[in-house]
Amino acid sequence: MNHLILGAGPAGVVAAETLRKLEPSASITMLGDEPEPPYSRMAIPYLLRNQIDERGTYLRKQQDYFAARRIETLVERAQAVDVAAKQVRLASGAARSYDKLLVATGSTPITPPIPGLDQPGVTCCWTLEDARKITAAIQPGAKVVLIGAGFIGCIILEALVSAGAKLSVLEMGDRMVPRMLDPTCGRLLQKWCAQKGVTVMTNAVVAAIEARGKRYQVQLKKGAAVAADLVISATGVRANADFLQDSGVTLEHGAVRVDEYMASSAPDLYAAGDVACGKDFSSGEYSVQAIQPTAVEHARIAAHNMHRHRSVKHQGAVLMNVLDTIGLISASYGLWQGVAGGDSSELLDESRFRYICLRFDGERLVGANTLGMTQHIGILRGLIQGRFKLGKWKARLMENPLQLMEAYLAATQG
Amino acid sequence: MQRSLYIDADKCTGCLQCEMACSYENEGVFNPAKSRIKVFTFHHEGRFVPYTCTQCDEAWCMAACPVDAITMNRQTGAMEVSEAVCVGCKVCTIACPFGTVNYNQDSGKVIKCDLCGGDPECAKACPTEAITYVDADATGFDKMRAWAAKTDNATAAN
Ligand SMILES: Cc1cc2nc3c(=O)[nH]c(=O)nc-3n(C[C@H](O)[C@H](O)[C@H](O)COP(=O)(O)OP(=O)(O)OC[C@H]3O[C@@H](n4cnc5c(N)ncnc54)[C@H](O)[C@@H]3O)c2cc1C
Ligand code: SF4
Repeated sequence: MNHLILGAGPAGVVAAETLRKLEPSASITMLGDEPEPPYSRMAIPYLLRNQIDERGTYLRKQQDYFAARRIETLVERAQAVDVAAKQVRLASGAARSYDKLLVATGSTPITPPIPGLDQPGVTCCWTLEDARKITAAIQPGAKVVLIGAGFIGCIILEALVSAGAKLSVLEMGDRMVPRMLDPTCGRLLQKWCAQKGVTVMTNAVVAAIEARGKRYQVQLKKGAAVAADLVISATGVRANADFLQDSGVTLEHGAVRVDEYMASSAPDLYAAGDVACGKDFSSGEYSVQAIQPTAVEHARIAAHNMHRHRSVKHQGAVLMNVLDTIGLISASYGLWQGVAGGDSSELLDESRFRYICLRFDGERLVGANTLGMTQHIGILRGLIQGRFKLGKWKARLMENPLQLMEAYLAATQG
Repeated sequence: MQRSLYIDADKCTGCLQCEMACSYENEGVFNPAKSRIKVFTFHHEGRFVPYTCTQCDEAWCMAACPVDAITMNRQTGAMEVSEAVCVGCKVCTIACPFGTVNYNQDSGKVIKCDLCGGDPECAKACPTEAITYVDADATGFDKMRAWAAKTDNATAAN
């Protein structure tokens, strides 16, 4: 069997490892188009803070890890796939055949339609190469403008501050992290940032970025301009599926639509991670989650089905995020916005920046947002994914949402 | 033969000796707040339930870690966090459906039960044998493992 994996991020690596365990003698090749050993984007904030070196971002630390497992790794860019001939055309001009193909090419930051985004002092924060550029540009006192206070923006925010940047954050939405945190969370986070000396402007739409000598002026649609030595754009991502445009593979939301076996519409072609539009556990619908836990979960299931089709079925991935913004930790799970007709249980301690909001559908927990909580937080996943009927614990949680562990133990040990 | 912590909540009196022993062994302080095993109190029912990581086969924490900081100790079967490698991203804390990996804001890293390298202090400290360290396939423990199956989001077809 000849397995070809496009992408050397967490999804590609976990799929390759899983396939090796299932098929000791198969041929496994993994391509990535960045000139680095397989690494984790998630570790970039810690690299920016100088907490780790580049090696610390590598997905597997042991040298020759992949060679030792006979996983061939190549730096190559896939350009097109011929699903009938089962062949991938590479940027180098070569072609690779496959018996089974996994598309795990991840995502790329989107380029918002802002004039001046293509200048040398403007960058994304997505790759190790971006991180090197940012590190080189940030001298203590350097003025940095971060466009976008979404998930990725907030994750790198702290790293930029601790690297000594004077940071301004511009968010076009009405609150921070609008796609992960409810209005109360978002507002508290903004207040927290202000207390820590970081100005986050919401409803701030950037009109243009203009060069002024070696510096930049970030012009807002309404109001003043903000000066910057470096501009970082973090306004969202899109799947790296362009190379499949002409392949006939069904795309949805710009990503590869997969079924519950992580299989695409084309035979023997699977997808996993940020590039896959897969099943959401909570809604049952298909969406692109673009988070690390989902990438590895997809990969494991895809590998099983590449080995033996329809052997493992995906129940859908629970959306989950955790964010540390200058020491304030927020988390979101599942249907954190709540469902129509469902109850919510909320507890807010504004002065201590503590907040929890549980969302129920009948007697079941279906989503949550938390702020300032670090202990036993994973139990939210357990309760959501176990679809436990909470019985009398529903009323107790309505009274005190902090009794999560107790509710879980009662549901499971009864 | 690998061994596991076996918890018999009915025997627990809520004395918190296990939490004390755990925090002292791992953090050098007698401070239940820093313990990796937690005793939950059910006021209504007058019950106490000690609870910690079951070192589950799924190892959600290990799979989710972006930098390979969690590895299995082949001798004890415990999933162990390498402090040197952990970057403190907390993804394991949200990925563990049992809520047994916790972030420690003082160190900026996560902590979880590592079976004390094969000689768990909590079991030694427990005066009522509510916590014992027994052969992995002894009865009862399977029940805890069964929860893992309940929360597993991949099920084998057929
Ligand atoms: C700064 C930052 C912080 C983050 N923090 C978090 C977090 O805290 N929690 C969280 O859940 N997620 C976080 N993420 C998101 C997380 O990193 C991604 O969800 C995860 O990397 C997805 O894994 P993947 O393998 O699907 O894709 P990727 O990691 O993007 O890997 C894709 C791979 O495909 C390769 N590739 C792309 N196109 C081609 C092609 N045409 N041919 C060949 N190879 C190709 C790339 O080089 C790369 O090797 C963060 C991301 C960033 C940038
Ligand atoms: S907090 Fe540490 S151990 Fe947990 S996933 Fe992140 S790096 Fe890995």
